[in-house]
Amino acid sequence: MRATSQAFLENAERALGDVQLQRALENVPRGFVTKRAAARARLPEFDALRDEARAIKDHVLANLDLYLEEYERKVVEAGGHVHWAASSAEARAIIVDILNAAGARRVTKGKSMVSEEMALNEALVPQGFEVTETDLGEYLIQLRGETPSHIIAPAVHLNKEQVATDFRRHHRALPAGRPLHEPSALVAEARQVLREKFLAADAGITGANFLVAETGSAVIVTNEGNGDLTQTLARVHIVVASLEKIVPTLEDTTTILRLLARSATGQECATYTTFSCGPRRPGDVDGPEEYHVVLLDNGRSELLASDFRPILRCIRCGACMNHCPVYQAVGGHAYGWVYPGPVGAVLTPALIGIAEAAPLPEASTFCGRCEEVCPMQIPLPGLLRKWRMRAHEAQAPGTTPWQGRLALRAWGWLARHPRLYQLAARLGVGIARGFWARYGRLVGAPFTSAWTRYRDLPAPEGGTFQARWRRHQRHRQLSSAQWRHKGPGQ
Amino acid sequence: MSRFDQRDEILARIRRALGAADDDPERRLAVMKRLFDHPPGTVPARARRPRDALVAQFISMLESQAAQVSRLERARDIPKAVVDTLRRRNLALRIRHGSDPYLAALDWASEPALTRHLGAATADDAAGLSRALAGISETGTLLLASGPDNPTTINFLPPLHIVVVREADIVGSYEEGWAQLRALYGERSLPRAVNLVSGPSRTADIEQTLIMGAHGPVALHVFIVGSD
Repeated sequence: MRATSQAFLENAERALGDVQLQRALENVPRGFVTKRAAARARLPEFDALRDEARAIKDHVLANLDLYLEEYERKVVEAGGHVHWAASSAEARAIIVDILNAAGARRVTKGKSMVSEEMALNEALVPQGFEVTETDLGEYLIQLRGETPSHIIAPAVHLNKEQVATDFRRHHRALPAGRPLHEPSALVAEARQVLREKFLAADAGITGANFLVAETGSAVIVTNEGNGDLTQTLARVHIVVASLEKIVPTLEDTTTILRLLARSATGQECATYTTFSCGPRRPGDVDGPEEYHVVLLDNGRSELLASDFRPILRCIRCGACMNHCPVYQAVGGHAYGWVYPGPVGAVLTPALIGIAEAAPLPEASTFCGRCEEVCPMQIPLPGLLRKWRMRAHEAQAPGTTPWQGRLALRAWGWLARHPRLYQLAARLGVGIARGFWARYGRLVGAPFTSAWTRYRDLPAPEGGTFQARWRRHQRHRQLSSAQWRHKGPGQ
Repeated sequence: MSRFDQRDEILARIRRALGAADDDPERRLAVMKRLFDHPPGTVPARARRPRDALVAQFISMLESQAAQVSRLERARDIPKAVVDTLRRRNLALRIRHGSDPYLAALDWASEPALTRHLGAATADDAAGLSRALAGISETGTLLLASGPDNPTTINFLPPLHIVVVREADIVGSYEEGWAQLRALYGERSLPRAVNLVSGPSRTADIEQTLIMGAHGPVALHVFIVGSD
């Protein structure tokens, strides 16, 4: 997909004015945030598990080459094939080759952010493959020709009325008189249509939440079971995953699984967690005949060598975006590429270049909630700050304009000259009070229009901060002297 | 190997990024040791309770995830319980299951009205029956292993999924489940598919409203069977 991350400000402005979207976004804090907090409270070991999960991933990343080799060995031993792709284009070509060699035309897909990253559908559809997304959210946005706006709830930006309209437009067999007011009716309709797709599929493509080196298993975590029907019913199962999805053992997988669903949706665990380990075995009566894994690098090996290595610990739970005040206000599409929210603001510049994505690291208040809730303890604000520095060094479009920089430099100079700073602050307060006295509010004061166009700036109360602080200190000294004089209990 | 394959180049790039040599015996030893020792992490206290509490927790967790749970005293109660479940749901008295010896050994003749179909599930099956290798108490999760005994399709195609788990097979933690799998399939080896199931299929993709029966079973009914 073409990235529009550079236009984040315009995207965000449009999102803020979109009534439908704003209504849909209300569901994010109401659902995910409260449920995660409750799930965490129910598991006293939650924070200990976070420390362990972080250590597991750091260990994997430090030995990634060896774990990948071991993983590959186990997949091949089980009769599967492992393909290594340096770029998205290579991965797409590999998948097209696999499908052609197997004579596969009809393809079902489980939810996979990596397949979004490599724009897989955009490559398959023009070549005549019939591709159906089977995760309900992904299916809804596929009908609309949209991209996911959330990594675990791709259609979180839609309302049920929009879904009903889309079904009436696309589902030819749907009787005009059937009511579709309730989500349950919409789900039943989708189930019926997608069931046919599952049964007719030649190949099923899934992502992977984890690749287990111990056993050569690809793990998918779902609530719908769509990934399981995708990978069980078709003749060919193709797993697409990026390199860093590796975990060493079943025990390590368990430690991270204990965090994943709780952080993502606030569930104790997802409804279905499936370990798939190759094609059908002797005696098996179901399962795929062919099993392929496409391992995608696409910038990961470079990230490994950079300051941004911690982002490779990410398990794509979505907690950072659920808790992000910026994401909650503008939704996922404003970020302009595949991964939204704080994780997207760190990943996107790495994967498509900082010049293409410079506004994303700016889309943060640095409130720190993302780092606080991240199960893998990724220092997201710190990484965003690193990107801001790089964007600044690269003079990328979308970073702070020269006027802003000049003002900051002036402030920095003043801050290092306390007497001048005091004078300037007193002057500033005086001017602000003057405006306020005259107009009843601050309007038209120099340098403030970006703020005051939409909101009132309160008048300064009293003098400068430093003056107040001095008074406060004097007062404290006085009262503690009194306390010493009178003694306690007086 | 595909003509686009970049295996060696990618591995070399990773090694360069890590400043590591590919024949470093110390790193390799640490990796192999972890793979064969598979040390456990923190196991939640709730998985280390007395047996009765583990069983009660298994049931309440499953129920909180919208599964139905029945306790049966003996294995020979299973055929009647299957029939009762189908009747209660107004379903035809037909059930699909695999060649699991535990299920095969049941006295199915005691329910002559019930038709059984063996093998993989088809789109026409309304109900399927599986046996779980284990029940994991800490999250109310069934551990199902693929194979002719319990074909994977039975877990996902029929709208009603009935799963039998022996009370003796209920364990506290996932780690105990992995130990059972290793005992059955060997070190570093799993069946083709391991399914961890914690309720019927669901989605909240439309306005975060939770709806059952997204793609897989609309209902999950678990029989916990006593030792007699």
